Amino acid sequence: MQDIKKATRESYGEALAKLGEENKNIVVLDADLSSATKTCEFAKKFPDRFFNMGIAEQDMMATAAGFATCDKIPYASTFAVFAMGRAYDQIRNSICYPNLNVKICATHAGLTVGEDGATHQMLEDIALARVLPNMKVICASDDIECKWAVQEISKIPGPVYLRLARAKTNIIYEEGQRFEIGKGIQIGEGKDATIIATGICVAEAIKAKEILENKGISIRVIDMHTIKPIDKNLIIKCAKETKNLFTVEDHSIIGGLGSAVCEVLADEYPIKVTRIGVKDTFGQSGTAEELLDYYKISAKYIVQEIENGKM
Amino acid sequence: MKITNKYAIEKIANDIRIGIIEEVYYGQSGHPGGSLSCADIMAVLYFNQMNIDPKRPSAPERDRFVLSKGHCSPALYSTLACKGYFDKKELQTFRKLGSRLQGHPDKNKLPGVDMTSGSLGQGLSVANGMALSSKLNHDGYRVYCLLGDGELEEGQVWEAAMSSNKYKLDNLCVIVDYNGLQIDGNIEEVKSLKHIYDKFKSFGFNVISIDGNNVEELIASFDLAKQIKQRPTVVIAKTTKGKGVSFMEGKAQWHGKSPNDEEYNIAMNELREKEHSILEMQKKDSEGGI
Repeated sequence: MQDIKKATRESYGEALAKLGEENKNIVVLDADLSSATKTCEFAKKFPDRFFNMGIAEQDMMATAAGFATCDKIPYASTFAVFAMGRAYDQIRNSICYPNLNVKICATHAGLTVGEDGATHQMLEDIALARVLPNMKVICASDDIECKWAVQEISKIPGPVYLRLARAKTNIIYEEGQRFEIGKGIQIGEGKDATIIATGICVAEAIKAKEILENKGISIRVIDMHTIKPIDKNLIIKCAKETKNLFTVEDHSIIGGLGSAVCEVLADEYPIKVTRIGVKDTFGQSGTAEELLDYYKISAKYIVQEIENGKM
Repeated sequence: MKITNKYAIEKIANDIRIGIIEEVYYGQSGHPGGSLSCADIMAVLYFNQMNIDPKRPSAPERDRFVLSKGHCSPALYSTLACKGYFDKKELQTFRKLGSRLQGHPDKNKLPGVDMTSGSLGQGLSVANGMALSSKLNHDGYRVYCLLGDGELEEGQVWEAAMSSNKYKLDNLCVIVDYNGLQIDGNIEEVKSLKHIYDKFKSFGFNVISIDGNNVEELIASFDLAKQIKQRPTVVIAKTTKGKGVSFMEGKAQWHGKSPNDEEYNIAMNELREKEHSILEMQKKDSEGGI
């Protein structure tokens, strides 16, 4: 992991502008947040293929569906709370049910939106997205992975929910790292416990791994960038090899990554799982770092949970 | 092939109505009222206006149709069957397990359905996306979107109307099936639309108000819409809910109810009589009698 920090929304903006050059079928829609979601980078280069739909997320999602019926590849962006919250019926009925090729790229997901507070901190979007048939759910952990995801989802047909963050987080991967949709990335070979994390929490998990290993506890981290379809084989393998499983997400512990992991294990290899995330509550204003600490999702609290796990 | 004879189109509209009654009777489920009200609109669009070919239902250059009021799927299916997309016998499978004729239209199940719909208020946004795509590629196809009047109570319709105007979608023609009734009764009582003409006018539309059960007025308004540049058109089509079946006309309770055996027979007899009189009129017309 590098000391350099960057927000995945920034990476999204850059990757999208690059993708626009390579694929003329890409169109981008935003709902008056292009300077925050960073779709403005695409808009500057390709004004004819950029559509600012105003503060009208429901209209934006269904318009994207219309583009997709005509073989365009729409990337529709707004904050996660307005995408998966405000426009849920449009996503369900006009995108997922007809299985249309719409890429919903939602920034500002999770607590790390920070100061805007609970109304803007989307903690339920992974849960809402992954119950929809046809939908794939991806949550990028750093700049390199985000840029890969933006490219890769243009190549697979059907709806995708790409979850991105506002806060700057450490760059984890080197250029040239290989990723595959539906395949988690194992970091380390630790035998005492597995921390399965997604999105901005991968960096926190890696920090926790370093702290714990200095204390003699060997840890492996799984970057579960694809939450649906989830990497069942890797989850079962880690459950068998390390016995102790922890999940970490900037999301409610109900319905998100933790639930998805538990579903796999309940079916295939039942063991105890400790879910670290927001515990059935709304957020509040604060800085991203303060909030991760307050809701006990930061590296410090991951370490605490694992130490309390009595391995 | 474009059909221009008024009586020939009226005959098709009547055929569409016969199909609608068959569907809701055999399915013992569905929405006859709003399907019957828009049968003339469908006949004019599919037989006089739209550039479509049942043999090439996915042709990129075809005109598009979005049935935003998706519960009126019986009208769309019957129209597609009349146009030759599939055999009319299949209408009897409407709403049955395994049928391609789902309760609400499913684009992936039935060729000829351009967009899945059912949750009201979303179709105009979808139609905008299609119209924008047409402009982006310079494909030149037109997009038609049929809205219910009760559907205008959905806020998204007005979000979409702003988008149609912003992007000057002159290749878009919206039709409002203004039959004045919704499930709970009269629209004016449930949630009045007040000045529907002025509402669309203020949203930047070219607005045409017509008798939506009159094929000549429908043809003239769609022809006019094609001449309008830089603005979307909306045709406010005043219709009668349940049109063509005497006991269903103007009755909100026939919004989503299927006929029993006796009602089915009465309805079919009325429609067959109507067919007979249209053919008589057509014959007289061709002989120069009227």
